[in-house]
Amino acid sequence: MKANAGAITLGGLWAVALIAGLYGLAQRALYGHEVANYGSYVPWGLWVAQYIYFVGLSAGAFLLSSLVYVFGLKRLEWIGKLALFTALITLMSALLVIWLDLGQPLRFWKIYTNPQPWSMMSWMVWLYSAYFLLVLAEFWVAMRADLVIWGQRGGLSGGLARFLIFGSRDVSPAAVERDRRVLRVLGTLGVPLAIAFHGGVGALFGVIGARPYWNTSLYPILFLTSALASGGALLAFVVAYFWPEQRSAQYRDVVMLLGRLTLGLLLLDVLMEGADFSINLLSGIPAHADAYRAVLFGPFWWAFWIGHLLLGIIVPLVMLAIWPKLPKVVGAAGLLIAATFITVRVNIVVPGLIIPEIAGLERAFSDQRLNFNYFPSTTEFLVSIFAAAFAVALFFIGYWLLPLTSVTEEAAPAAPSHAGP
Amino acid sequence: MAPIQTEAPAREKVAYRSGRRRLIKGLGLLAAAALAPVAAPLVVEAAEQAVSQAPTSEVKLADLPDAQPNEAALISMQRELHRAMQKPVEQRRWAMVIDLRKCIGCSACTIACKAENRLPPGVVYRPVIEEEIGEYPNVTRRFTPRPCMQCENPPCVPVCPVGATYTRPDGIVEINYEQCIGCRYCITACPYSARVFDSGDYYTKSTPATQPYEMLPTREYGKVYNRPGGESPIGNVRKCHFCLHRLNNGMLPECVTSCIGVATYFGDLNDPESMVSELVGRTNMIRLKEELGTNPRVYYLL
Repeated sequence: MKANAGAITLGGLWAVALIAGLYGLAQRALYGHEVANYGSYVPWGLWVAQYIYFVGLSAGAFLLSSLVYVFGLKRLEWIGKLALFTALITLMSALLVIWLDLGQPLRFWKIYTNPQPWSMMSWMVWLYSAYFLLVLAEFWVAMRADLVIWGQRGGLSGGLARFLIFGSRDVSPAAVERDRRVLRVLGTLGVPLAIAFHGGVGALFGVIGARPYWNTSLYPILFLTSALASGGALLAFVVAYFWPEQRSAQYRDVVMLLGRLTLGLLLLDVLMEGADFSINLLSGIPAHADAYRAVLFGPFWWAFWIGHLLLGIIVPLVMLAIWPKLPKVVGAAGLLIAATFITVRVNIVVPGLIIPEIAGLERAFSDQRLNFNYFPSTTEFLVSIFAAAFAVALFFIGYWLLPLTSVTEEAAPAAPSHAGP
Repeated sequence: MAPIQTEAPAREKVAYRSGRRRLIKGLGLLAAAALAPVAAPLVVEAAEQAVSQAPTSEVKLADLPDAQPNEAALISMQRELHRAMQKPVEQRRWAMVIDLRKCIGCSACTIACKAENRLPPGVVYRPVIEEEIGEYPNVTRRFTPRPCMQCENPPCVPVCPVGATYTRPDGIVEINYEQCIGCRYCITACPYSARVFDSGDYYTKSTPATQPYEMLPTREYGKVYNRPGGESPIGNVRKCHFCLHRLNNGMLPECVTSCIGVATYFGDLNDPESMVSELVGRTNMIRLKEELGTNPRVYYLL
């Protein structure tokens, strides 16, 4: 009963978030960018930060799925589909929020018709499009055999499964083995694609020489380590809390492994961030150090010290180090890391823009949008909440209707969905 | 002789048109002041008509006499402009020289630019940066107008994902409002904060009557853009373009003509006789962030 009450509370919160988010979405649709606080001198804000946050989660979850499909890590095999699904829905939310961020959203197709070889943004769009299609294909192949089996069920999930198999019927060991080979090929293509895509997002910032805060060759690498840390953490949370059979030894084993991976990846990310911060703070050149100082001691110092360092690093590290074998603790640590990672993303986007490029420009013209102080508007927050609620909704729809967690080989060894040894 | 005869009427036509436009502008101001709500739509309509009739092709004004000794700088620059417009576009190299010793920080250029290009809130092409240097009694103030630098190596151009911004043959960095998707990546790439975003605001929107002057179309790049209706340039990145639409009609940029102390010079660097060519060769010439290698085409005299 207690768990039920908790679930109802969370469901209620989600519904409130969705409705509030819809209101924000309506405001964005009706009033365009008037209702946003980003403007001319700080042109990117919460939405861009949320976009890189979500694509980071996606790339991280995807790269972890490659441990299963490319590197054949058997211990993680049964979370492969869940990892791919997580990668897919976080990517969809990311694309939604960045689409709304465009000044002319209806012209997005121009990036496809007129690509620019020197623009990292052009590359990023092409890469995420390819990545999106690849994740979709890989996810389908990973589910195909399970969908065929689910197609024998009644109800909505059975109907959906029958539709999604697109006439495919073959669940013989040979067919499953063929799926496995296809998955390996797709996954092998996907690893460099995900690295290029998310490393490319880092490069998108890194190439901007006008902003010393972004202009570091560490960014493509830093973006990958942070993607792996946050994506791994999200996956640890999802598996720890949403795996149906939580009594099995395998469940404990997988969550423990994910916890360890997350711990290692988080430490790697801390190393990267530490290198980035220390080099620039100690450079002694104010033009390089100012933005870092703003992160540490500026008006939003708490985002770094409390949001990221305390709740996103120290507390989860302690949890993961002390209770590595308690799945729920590992999952909670994962949630803490993944949720607070938005502060890291905001602290990448905004501080790079709040240092006036020419001293005195901040006083040169009095205008709400011609200043260097940025805090998201209510609409920006509401749209962000909508994107998050949208991701949660997609997750539960998939969780309810798709064979994300079916471990057919455990229940019925003869069933050939995973013909592993 | 024949070319002169055919071109002379063209000049008259331009003069007539710009004169008529000025008249309409004046009428518009009067009407807006007196009976704004009633007359406004008519004025807007008239102005729009004038704009749509404005010539978009380049004007050929060959037959003006050369600069005279001691004549006013604005007149000389006007002649130089006409001379430059005779040449094919790729042979022009526009440059601006701002003499900081003569700038008194009146911001007339900022406002003239705002009016000329009908810039909404949040959009400014030429702010004037004010600095106080030294301590009393040894104190002075410095004013630095900051238009777009029209860099020879513009960092904003290669980052555009759709090729909506590019360097014209005459050196002006142009934005194609129809192509721009409003991602604002170029704003982050500009080292001078010269690019701004049009969020779709109006100064008088939350007042009892939205003023008609805010509803007028902008004629940037020689086209007609109607912001009311939510079209481009709303949702686009905007910036200074050396008043390209004015240059094409034989007029100096608005910031140059509005400068009360002739602190801003404009001309063709490919013309060794031009004032800007002479001024940029001085030892007190600097460019902003020279160390970046962007090669701005806006020069400052200290």
